[in-house]
Amino acid sequence: MSEKKELQVTPKKSIEKSAGEPTRENVSFMPDVDIVEDNENITLYADLPGVTKDNLSIDVQDNVLTLTATVNPLPEHHRLVYREYDVGGFSRRFTLGERIDQAKISAKLENGVLTLNLPKAEEAKPRKIEIVSK
Amino acid sequence: MALIRWLGEENSLFRELDRMQREFDRLLSWNRPSLFGGYAPSVYPPMNIYDDGESFIVRAEVPGVDPKDLDVSVVNDTLTIKGKRLIPECSENACYHRQERSEGEFRRAFTLSDRVDSSKVMAEVKNGILEVRLPRAESAKARRIQVKAS
Repeated sequence: MSEKKELQVTPKKSIEKSAGEPTRENVSFMPDVDIVEDNENITLYADLPGVTKDNLSIDVQDNVLTLTATVNPLPEHHRLVYREYDVGGFSRRFTLGERIDQAKISAKLENGVLTLNLPKAEEAKPRKIEIVSK
Repeated sequence: MALIRWLGEENSLFRELDRMQREFDRLLSWNRPSLFGGYAPSVYPPMNIYDDGESFIVRAEVPGVDPKDLDVSVVNDTLTIKGKRLIPECSENACYHRQERSEGEFRRAFTLSDRVDSSKVMAEVKNGILEVRLPRAESAKARRIQVKAS
């Protein structure tokens, strides 16, 4: 075995009914995310395998970010004969600590990963205060 | 590396996989019942196998794996799926609020039964899902037997 890091399986986390999630028939999972903040932006990466852009909704309202995604069902004649993971949509909600410039939010979906760029509003950006010395 | 033997009979193939799964679960005492009573997999990537009558279809969720970094090969009767997943590094002045995604390499191999036509195996990755199609061999397809009336 090489010294390189082996990728581990992280079991999918299904959403419990007690969490107040919508009680739709479809199964929903919590996607794994990375959230990175720098001076200008908050960037969110979410693993959403099987999700296309038509099936994904991103909503920011009152500083609450909601991601909801569904996956297309497989053709009916595909009979499941062996299972290691469950298939379903994704849902997750975050409260944003910073003011976001909603007009400039951009999103990209590539290889089953959503990259969501949330630019901070001008007033939320760190400002350097010039000190005038006389 | 988990090497799973594909036996001749379809039924025994999945019985064998099941048995190995249970054995792993017992060894690791990791017995997370999933929604439908399945078991948590121990090797990345987790796989589901479907049967559409013509082919077996292996599906695996591999979000964030660049198709260029994914290698599916059939050598003799061994199907190997290997690859790596890289997480882009972020700039120095950035800080993480959440870090749940991980990177690393993976490799998984199966021995194909002779009921699969290994020369016609096809693989496709779309939206972070790898799909490997294993067509049934001609000899393994259902045939209608003509019943003659004498």
